[in-house]
Amino acid sequence: MSRLARWWPNTATGTIGAILVLLVVAIALVGPFVAPHSPTSFVGASFAPPTAAYPLGTDALGRDVLSRVLWGGYRILGLAGIATALGVLTGAVIGVIAGYVGGLIDEIVMRLVDVAMAFPQIILVLLFISIIGAKLWLLTVMVAAVHAPQVARVARAATLRVAREDFVRFAEAIGTPFRRIVARELLPNIVAPLMVECGLRFAYSISLIAGLNFLGFGVQPPAADWGLMINENRIGLMGNPWPVLAPVLLIAVLTIGMNLLTDTLARTELGHGIETGPVTTNATPDIPEPERS
Amino acid sequence: MTGTSPGNAVLEAVDLSVAIVGTTITVVEPTSFSLAPGEILGLVGESGSGKTTLGLALLAHHRRGLRLSGGRVLIRGQDLLRIPPDQLPARRRGLIRYVPQNPGTALNPGLRIGTQLAECFATPPANGNDHLLALLEDVKLPPTPALLRAYPHQLSGGQQQRVAIAMAFAERPPVIVMDEPTTGLDVTTQAHVLQTVRQLCARHAVAALYVSHDLAVVATLAHRVAVMYAGRVVELGPTGRVLHQPAHPYTRALIEAVPDLDRRTAVAGIAGQAPEPARRPAGCAFAPRCALALDACRAEPPALAAIDTDHLVACLRPTSGRSAPAPPSSSPVPGASALPALEVRNISARHGATVVLHGASFSVSPQTCVALVGESGSGKTTLGQIIAGLHHDWDGDILLGGAPLAHRSAQRSAAQRCHIQYIFQNPYSSFNPRRRIGESIAMAVRAFESPSASDLRRRVAEALDMVALPREAASRYPHQLSGGQRQRAAIARALITGPKLLICDEITSALDVSVQAVIVRLLARLQQEHGLSLLFITHNLALVRSIAQHVLVMHGGRIIESEPVDQVLDAPQQSQTRRLLADAPRFSAAPVTLGVGDG
Repeated sequence: MSRLARWWPNTATGTIGAILVLLVVAIALVGPFVAPHSPTSFVGASFAPPTAAYPLGTDALGRDVLSRVLWGGYRILGLAGIATALGVLTGAVIGVIAGYVGGLIDEIVMRLVDVAMAFPQIILVLLFISIIGAKLWLLTVMVAAVHAPQVARVARAATLRVAREDFVRFAEAIGTPFRRIVARELLPNIVAPLMVECGLRFAYSISLIAGLNFLGFGVQPPAADWGLMINENRIGLMGNPWPVLAPVLLIAVLTIGMNLLTDTLARTELGHGIETGPVTTNATPDIPEPERS
Repeated sequence: MTGTSPGNAVLEAVDLSVAIVGTTITVVEPTSFSLAPGEILGLVGESGSGKTTLGLALLAHHRRGLRLSGGRVLIRGQDLLRIPPDQLPARRRGLIRYVPQNPGTALNPGLRIGTQLAECFATPPANGNDHLLALLEDVKLPPTPALLRAYPHQLSGGQQQRVAIAMAFAERPPVIVMDEPTTGLDVTTQAHVLQTVRQLCARHAVAALYVSHDLAVVATLAHRVAVMYAGRVVELGPTGRVLHQPAHPYTRALIEAVPDLDRRTAVAGIAGQAPEPARRPAGCAFAPRCALALDACRAEPPALAAIDTDHLVACLRPTSGRSAPAPPSSSPVPGASALPALEVRNISARHGATVVLHGASFSVSPQTCVALVGESGSGKTTLGQIIAGLHHDWDGDILLGGAPLAHRSAQRSAAQRCHIQYIFQNPYSSFNPRRRIGESIAMAVRAFESPSASDLRRRVAEALDMVALPREAASRYPHQLSGGQRQRAAIARALITGPKLLICDEITSALDVSVQAVIVRLLARLQQEHGLSLLFITHNLALVRSIAQHVLVMHGGRIIESEPVDQVLDAPQQSQTRRLLADAPRFSAAPVTLGVGDG
């Protein structure tokens, strides 16, 4: 329990962020079980304004918007979650190895990362999808591939800091194998920046996947999906704005919440972990701020 | 009760206290003292004693999370603590200035030295650059326009600190607070900076509060010394009196912990730890660690009272005089015929394109402590790391017990890796912060053998016993231990594998003297009990006298002297060694007196 408590943000902004994120995730996960109607059954005229029976009105084909919103989240969140995990993991391994080994390997890997980052990311994804076809696994892999290079940069920078520490040198001195040094000495100490990266990448995955769904390359009709809903219903914005507004609001709330949360994590959690005391002085843990009068 | 008559005092602190925000927990208890023009008051104490906090409080400044909870700071009749915050910077600048510990953080890396010096003046000096050049000359920097155009990173640490001092002295303030300004510098640079400070204070009649943990530095510089313990000044008096006839038990213990460059003494540590601000006892804070403590000591803290002219002590049982230094521990005499534990032959090493070692050769006999001394950059750490297999770019031969060692630790046999253990300088970075201490120590065993879980637990407990750490330490995370405890845990981690050679790289330089004394005694005991050979890398020559039998002096990547310890310290052959010895601050320095002509 104490581990969980450690991660729960202890500032107001962090708490707000965590609540917003949990709210949207709860809607997406619990939604399908509490939805009043089937997301694909036609219940009324198209773009009917909200009524008591249909609190958010109906969409272009006369389906219940509330039910579609409740059904439309778990796929996009699931895809985003898998893509984020895949991307962060790949990027972290690349970054840690490059940062720890250094030298020529570091140079080569990081220049390749630069090349990958130089491509406009959405174009890269669209290129592969147009060649191979609109498949969900490909979507996931491509979103992960978009994340990996950026995560690799962050992981490498964090590793450079940790790899200088004496406990890593000690592990080398007693002959600890490379794999164990990476897994046991380095990775646990860059978890904090990676968690922050996870949050940011997750929010970015959502908007990227929603965008691809909007363009018709992801989840296919008639399935309910927040990105798809925006595309299907944008012509009826004047009749009933809710089929567009509700998914937009949810994605916006999730993104804002995620940013607040990771911001807090970055500020509090990054400071822990490696703590480098003074090297040549007596152990005064806090060096006063420089006085300028 | 201020030591000097208030009439000629330039600064007077009255009942100055600092507390933690939102609480009544005091970090600095009400403290009073005064400074005369041109006087240097040394404020000494160990980590967490509140000396830096008190120094900053004189500037009506405090670190975040603290508040100035009472008292007055009178400089030229103005109370700094009563000046409204918006006027404080403008009015303080003419009264008191600050020199920080780390000049690297005090100088703006993006501005030229000349620009930063000019910023120190409320109105730009009339004769512009000439005035700035004079400032540089004051602190013994070359007064050239080129230096004014330089950026901070182009200067050495010592030069940066001189610039910071020049900035503080620029407007000739009546008072300067200096917070360990020489701590990061090597002894030669330190000696020069100290001399500069002394001359500037005398010439311009500037009073200074010199905050330091180094008693030897204070002995060479200060007219009077104040000793702080747990937020209280426990002793205040003329330097010679306080350091040579200490009256407070804490001062005495602190002085006995300091190794003496001129005599071999068995340094003694102080048992226990200083209490944190929130856990200070009701009475004298030192009572729990004091052999002389009475019940009255625990009832209420004794007030600072005069036991002699100008000599104030906060103790119910002030003692007079320093106890005779403990006799030196008998140093083991290595068998002359024994095969050397370690032999280093003609090692040259490079860092990139720079050659840092030029054909170093030496040997370490079994059960001997060899000290490796030299200024920073002389190559001593590189040599230690080469022997441990942590630095790879070298030529030459290293023999451990007669068998040659490979370049990298990974290429050496498990037995060889096990027999050489390295202890790092910085106890704050030598443990993985995400792992419990016990697991980190166990990791060293698992690298060489696979014992059962219960066997491993027993051996970790034994290793902790050996370094006098409680067994509970095994289940703690590194950040839960103090620096000294962590360094002892690092020694336990090195000993658990049963090494033959221990390489100690400046292992006490991050620690307080009382903790340093405990560690040095521990190493000496382990050396005898376990037949260890030690390679003790240090820049502290006084410490060498207390621990080593043989000394290697390094200079510019060469070993220039290799002799028994007394010979090197008493009759050095090389000029570099003589200079190192001359520059080392001496504890038994002649007391500094505040002469009449000093103004």
